[in-house]
Amino acid sequence: MVNYIWAALAIIGIVFAAINGTMDEVNKAIFSGAKEAVTICIGLISVLVFWLGMMKIAEQAGLLRKLTNLFRPIVAKLFPEVPKNHPAMGYILSNMIANIFGLGNAATPLGIKAMEELKRLNGGKNTASNSMITFLALNTSCITLIPTTVIAIRMNYHSASPTDIVGPTIIATIFSCIGGILIDRYFYHKRMRKG
Amino acid sequence: MEIISLISLWMIPSLIGFILLYGTFKKVPTYESFVEGGKEGIQIAFSIIPYLVGMLVSISIFRASGALEYFMSFLKPVLDFIGVPSEVAPLAIIRPISGNAALGMTSDLISTYGPDSFIGRLASVIQGSTDTTLYVLTVYFGAVGIKKMGDALKVGLLADLVGFIAAIVVVTLMFGK
Repeated sequence: MVNYIWAALAIIGIVFAAINGTMDEVNKAIFSGAKEAVTICIGLISVLVFWLGMMKIAEQAGLLRKLTNLFRPIVAKLFPEVPKNHPAMGYILSNMIANIFGLGNAATPLGIKAMEELKRLNGGKNTASNSMITFLALNTSCITLIPTTVIAIRMNYHSASPTDIVGPTIIATIFSCIGGILIDRYFYHKRMRKG
Repeated sequence: MEIISLISLWMIPSLIGFILLYGTFKKVPTYESFVEGGKEGIQIAFSIIPYLVGMLVSISIFRASGALEYFMSFLKPVLDFIGVPSEVAPLAIIRPISGNAALGMTSDLISTYGPDSFIGRLASVIQGSTDTTLYVLTVYFGAVGIKKMGDALKVGLLADLVGFIAAIVVVTLMFGK
């Protein structure tokens, strides 16, 4: 889908410029857009290097594992079909913690592992189980503590206070997390009633 | 609201202090671990260059041609009515589809309107608080060969909508217009 949107933006723009007589602006925009993108990525290096470095320390100190155990009893309630000490539970929790700390790249392999285990629990069927749907709802709506990349972009553009969006982001994700869980429960019970 | 600003200010330094303290206490070679983890950061930053170049060029063409302005003039009355700046509407549409594409749009909004403008802040919070639901679903279900996604897409997209609305409400309350 992103392919269509991406191509459409450029095609519509070029056709529009032909009608509108703004081809000159479009010409400039092509190169300034590309240049800007690279500048942003260079700016991202500082924050990404720093943050992933800090997270490595947290991981090796066992901090992430500790947090995992802390959340276990709460999260276990959302997955009645997963036995408490099943490896799936461990992967689900570590995936969540990685997501909360903005470690998208660390989260993905853990999430795929969790899905493999959940599929095994579901007898290897190729349909989504209740636990899988709950897991994905949690995964996509869960709380974000530090929106690292956004802070980096704000710094790039000389924000007076690049981190002043951290608080609002945490609050917005708390709402989306609660919303995600409630919506998931609603569909869960709907499926259960159908049998 | 003052408490939230305070949390924003203290969150990162206290987290860093805590991680370093805890790591030292647990006898982790902090500096060496930091360097090891930091190397991954360079890789990530470079790997998103093509995503951003592609998206920013496309958006730039769309905007410079005057097409964006033209299409936005249709949406504006509806969005104005519910208090959503029409400038962030494209971001809300692309956010669940591609994270890096959305990152391109967010940077574009921040550079056009300024990081500390209402729109700049709103785009920041939307980018930070919602997720690429379609991408996550494709990758996770695809990796383990699930063909029937059930309610997963519906649940994920509705949760995104909640996040989007929450972002608008929180930013409007905190930073006003």
